[in-house]
Amino acid sequence: MLKDEDRIFKNLYNDLGWNLDSAINRGDWSQTKELISKGKDWIIKEIKDSELRGRGGAGFPTGLKLSFAPKTVGSRPHYLVINADESEPGTCKDRDILRFEPQKLIEGCLITSYAISSHTCYIYIRGEYFREGQRLQEAINQAYDKKFLGKNACGSGWDLDVYLHYGAGAYICGEETALLESLEGKKGLPRLKPPFPALVGLYGCPTIVNNVETISVIPTILRRGSKWFASLGKPKNTGTKIFCISGNVNNPCNVEEEMGIPLKDLIEKHAGGVVGGWNNLQAVIPGGSSMPLLPKNVCETITMDFDSLIKAKSGLGTAGVVVINKDQDIIKCIARIAKFYKHESCGQCTPCREGCGWMWRMLERMSEGEATYKELDLLYDVTKQIEGHTICAFGEGASWPVQGLIRHFKKEIIKRSHEEPLIKKKSNIPYLIDQHLLEEDNA
Amino acid sequence: MTVKKISKIQPETFKFTEDNLIHAENEIKKYPKNKRASSILAMLYLVQKQNENWIPLAAIKYVAELTGVSYIQVYEVATFYSMFNLSPVGKYFIQVCTTTPCMIRGAGKIVKTCKDHISKNQNEISENKLCSWTEVECLGACVNAPMIQINQDYFEDLDGDKAKEIILELLQDKFPSPGSAKNRKNTSPENGKTTLLEVKNA
Ligand SMILES: Cc1cc2nc3c(=O)[nH]c(=O)nc-3n(C[C@H](O)[C@H](O)[C@H](O)COP(=O)(O)O)c2cc1C
Ligand code: SF4
Ligand code: FES
Repeated sequence: MLKDEDRIFKNLYNDLGWNLDSAINRGDWSQTKELISKGKDWIIKEIKDSELRGRGGAGFPTGLKLSFAPKTVGSRPHYLVINADESEPGTCKDRDILRFEPQKLIEGCLITSYAISSHTCYIYIRGEYFREGQRLQEAINQAYDKKFLGKNACGSGWDLDVYLHYGAGAYICGEETALLESLEGKKGLPRLKPPFPALVGLYGCPTIVNNVETISVIPTILRRGSKWFASLGKPKNTGTKIFCISGNVNNPCNVEEEMGIPLKDLIEKHAGGVVGGWNNLQAVIPGGSSMPLLPKNVCETITMDFDSLIKAKSGLGTAGVVVINKDQDIIKCIARIAKFYKHESCGQCTPCREGCGWMWRMLERMSEGEATYKELDLLYDVTKQIEGHTICAFGEGASWPVQGLIRHFKKEIIKRSHEEPLIKKKSNIPYLIDQHLLEEDNA
Repeated sequence: MTVKKISKIQPETFKFTEDNLIHAENEIKKYPKNKRASSILAMLYLVQKQNENWIPLAAIKYVAELTGVSYIQVYEVATFYSMFNLSPVGKYFIQVCTTTPCMIRGAGKIVKTCKDHISKNQNEISENKLCSWTEVECLGACVNAPMIQINQDYFEDLDGDKAKEIILELLQDKFPSPGSAKNRKNTSPENGKTTLLEVKNA
């Protein structure tokens, strides 16, 4: 287990107080000026050496991403945008940083903005986090009062302004280009890439988008050294990570642990075990709703890091661990996730817009035992037609959980789906119209 | 995607109060000079704040003029984002999260309580005009599931009975205190921390 002294977020549960003074007591904003005076190249090299990977879901190496920003500022200003949209079901870690460790984020914004030559930083926070936004704004004001932000921020010689921008309830705005559209005051429709935001981002200017947790760990990495961070976890999967353990566990919680911790330890040591005991475990979604579930036998030994989970055909994603025990109907659980994606698709790409509805309707029928035996193959086919054929990675996020279900619970689906194909049978189950039009309040 | 109902009853005009006009100007200042459109979302929030939590069409027109963009751009934004209400909602607007992590910890019971005590269907206002409810997707508080949002506050670690208590209070025009219904400390494990046992402010 990680030693407390190696935990970065010491105020994860707000035992110590969130305001600037207590943050300074915890070590935030110490030597910030000195760190910045070591220069952009040093900062980016330290982050590269620490092997920090993005905490927003994709796990992209952060140092490398920062190095994509143009070295010198041309006619267009550079922007740093913080992704605080946190909407992936199973994930609630950034929320704790925003409300209890806001100074870590703000200090990270200053250092990172300097490293990519940005004088303006926007924090895009999901609209539902109204209280967290208020708190963060207070923290930003405190930082301004202390001259940690603004002109010559923290005595570094660098000017930085930080602004908060609220989203308004659209999961897709977590996707970085949709987020930029939303920041420009438009619908959150993901952009075609390339060009990537690092060159053409907000208002067409070079923009780096990073997750809250990614940016918040940077000051500590620089202070304690890339070697320290890289010594935790496993090669290429270094450092600490906030895990959110929800679902059928006795004590659901957030906890900061070392990367590569065994999943079983997370559940048993921190979350009080599976409700009904370990043998009552059915499956675990290891990284937020987009990641394929793992059946119990895999959960026995799997470790929680990017590469181990990819090997197990899943992913670390946002590290939102959803535990599902045998009292749950696993098909219903995934059907509800499919409904989420059907609801949140932005609708630009036909495979995603239509396919998400198909997957949801089929899974609903399967859970009710109203599906035909032929639909299993059809369902798999639909997931394959979405995956890889869309503008953004939402398509993958929507089809992977369904593929995971089929991979590990095929027997369960077959057991329930024995109806004859509907064409031959007279039936009232709507096949081709969108079910939400049948929902009373939408009709 | 969602289908949004636009209220049949619409006020003729809309204007910000003087206070809100100042707030609006401050929002515009966050963005570069020729990028006033970036403030549209913030403006729509101000409209909702001023107009009992919903956005009339006249306000959409007003925001378009204020930000210097076309009516349709603001209309698109108002219909795209789920948090913008285009028809009236209750004074207490209850959003029940029913996504999988909340579902498997009993969100269904909360939905039933809403149906029994507020209105049979979502988005209908209760008889005494105080409450309305709707099902929403993950609100980002999954380790405190099941949970609901009432206006701006989160109510966490609920069960059927606790949700019922809260809703009955709201129906009597009282606002219960938000946070964990189990009095646990934020997202720490309910029966005692397993980490950060000895940390103090250095
Ligand atoms: C559909 C979709 C939703 C996403 N939602 C979020 C989110 O809520 N928060 C987040 O930080 N990243 C989210 N991402 C990932 C971002 O696009 C982006 O990769 C990330 O913010 C980069 O930050 P990082 O490198 O620090 O991880 C999402 C991606 C997709 C495709
Ligand atoms: S994949 Fe889905 S969410 Fe992404 S752009 Fe296409 S339709 Fe929109
Ligand atoms: S699923 Fe309900 S808050 Fe995340």
